[in-house]
Amino acid sequence: MAKVLMKGNEAIAEAAIRAGCEAYFGYPITPQTEVLEYMSARMPELGRAFVQAESELAAVNMLYGAACTGARAMTTTSSPGFSLMQEGLSYIACSEVPAVVVNVMRGGPGLGNIQPSQADYLQMTKGGGHGDYSPIVLAPSTVQETVNLVILAFDLADKYRQPVYVIADGMIGQMMEPVELPELKPPQRPERPWALTGAKGRPRNIITSLQLDPPTLEKVNLRLQEIYRRIRENEQRHEEYMTDDADLLVVAYGTAARIVKTAISKARPQGLKVGLFRPITVNPYPYDALRKAADRAQRVLVVELSAGQMLEDVRLAVMDRRPIHFFGKMGGVVPMPEDIVDAMNKVMAEA
Amino acid sequence: MAEVKEEKIVFQRPKALCDVVTHYCPGCLHGVVHRVIAEVIDELGIQEITVGIAPVGCSVLAYNYIATDFAEAAHGRAPAMATGMKRVHPELVVFTYQGDGDLAAIGTNELIHAATRGENITTIFINNAIYGMTGGQMAPTTLPGQVTTSTPRGRDTKLAGFPVRVCELVSTLEGAAYIVRRSAYNPSEIRKLKAAIKTAFQVQMAGLGYSLVEVVSNCPTNWGMTPLESLKWLQENMLAYYPLGDYKVKDSVKELMAKK
Ligand SMILES: Cc1ncc(C[n+]2csc(CCOP(=O)(O)OP(=O)(O)O)c2C)c(N)n1
Ligand code: SF4
Repeated sequence: MAKVLMKGNEAIAEAAIRAGCEAYFGYPITPQTEVLEYMSARMPELGRAFVQAESELAAVNMLYGAACTGARAMTTTSSPGFSLMQEGLSYIACSEVPAVVVNVMRGGPGLGNIQPSQADYLQMTKGGGHGDYSPIVLAPSTVQETVNLVILAFDLADKYRQPVYVIADGMIGQMMEPVELPELKPPQRPERPWALTGAKGRPRNIITSLQLDPPTLEKVNLRLQEIYRRIRENEQRHEEYMTDDADLLVVAYGTAARIVKTAISKARPQGLKVGLFRPITVNPYPYDALRKAADRAQRVLVVELSAGQMLEDVRLAVMDRRPIHFFGKMGGVVPMPEDIVDAMNKVMAEA
Repeated sequence: MAEVKEEKIVFQRPKALCDVVTHYCPGCLHGVVHRVIAEVIDELGIQEITVGIAPVGCSVLAYNYIATDFAEAAHGRAPAMATGMKRVHPELVVFTYQGDGDLAAIGTNELIHAATRGENITTIFINNAIYGMTGGQMAPTTLPGQVTTSTPRGRDTKLAGFPVRVCELVSTLEGAAYIVRRSAYNPSEIRKLKAAIKTAFQVQMAGLGYSLVEVVSNCPTNWGMTPLESLKWLQENMLAYYPLGDYKVKDSVKELMAKK
């Protein structure tokens, strides 16, 4: 299939459509608004559901409603909007319904700005909402990978009946790259015996996150934890780039990782043996793979567009087996590859 | 030998009402309204195409009593959930069941905008002028002077503002098709309530827009009254502030009712 040049946000929308998304609900917020705009044109022409919600609270609950009926459904937002969705996502996780959420992250906290940031990492990977739940979080670093991961997100959501998040940022949402898209097929509804479709010819279904009896709610939680265990076992994904002979292992995801790749191409000719470990699932986090990669290097450098939120997961993986350093930018500031090369040199000079 | 007459059933549990003991307090009208909804579902023959959405409040367990597919919403968010369901499955009959705290405080936004969009859903709104489940705090619908656990000296409108009249508010919205206020304090009111709920479902099934039936209701427990006292208090105090009647019946709905 021929490649087309697409803006990241539009690619998110088209990928969801190709994945058979039957319902989209959203609310404008920069830098993801183009997803909403794109969907407003495409979904009705395909006879699928589109609603511009009155808020992110409403959008996520429309998503919840549509997902309860067994439809493939998605919402997209950016950081402050994602904060508002936490309540609904906790309900969706407990009720065991599939749903896809894309967060095109921006600078925070508060209203912040509309530039790329990765400062929602902890909120997204550690649950964010109340209660013990653990969402799958996929972190693309190119527009093509965003397409692939949005499609994967729908499959994983269906497979585990849990919310799946894709975290992009303003950079990926706004940049244009050539992408290959799968063929457009009509949405297919696999058998979903649990869905609310009217109780014709079957016992009625109830979807609830309420269990007043503690042992019953404990059972629900144990079942959720079993799902998360299966996800940890089967769904960890990561990429390694020039790590075989690396003295310095840089750990970064998403936009930060693609800048690190450019930095590596500049640092290698200078004689710096540096490689990249890029988690693709930032939850479940590829702890074992990272530990092994770190064991082959002398030092570890974490690069993030935040104060060091993923740093905590890197520490959990590496423990104190290797020295861990951090280079981060906040507030929507995006480092140049040279800034990262400087950081690499500084770390190795300390050795 | 005397002729054996065929038995004629004059009263029985509706099929759409589960055969269980409810958790509602004695004298609470939630149970009456559940029964009325179940009777309407039976009469319209829609048990297998109906999806209910339970609120957060005393009726959080409504799905244990009304025998259709059901979802449990977060506090106030039922109209948004209903929107998501109905947009994917226009053939379903989707109704939300909400208290005044759920619908007129935390969920006002979802209510207003579902009605504004003219979503083809039905809301059954139980106005008992108090937060029942959390133990009797002030609701948006609490009357001026009414004592609650968070208005211990009576609702002072200077401090706590005025009660919200939901039917009056929602009837100004273009997407609302059928907005009426009823009660359930005696059998004749219950019959009127049932007719209204039936019409609301029919409005939805005909695709005419948003429908809401408010029920002026009671909370003997948190009002600190016997069931009978509470019904008396309802009539003497609530009906003046919340007059029963039809607040919006679109012409398309009138035509539909004329046909029936
Ligand atoms: C987000 C959230 N906030 C608060 C609550 C606590 N809460 C449970 S029921 C309720 C009030 C319900 O009152 P109402 O809707 O009037 O229904 P009633 O119990 O009177 O039938 C509140 C505030 C909650 N469950 N969730
Ligand atoms: S607390 Fe009030 S509203 Fe709740 S069940 Fe009891 S009487 Fe009914």
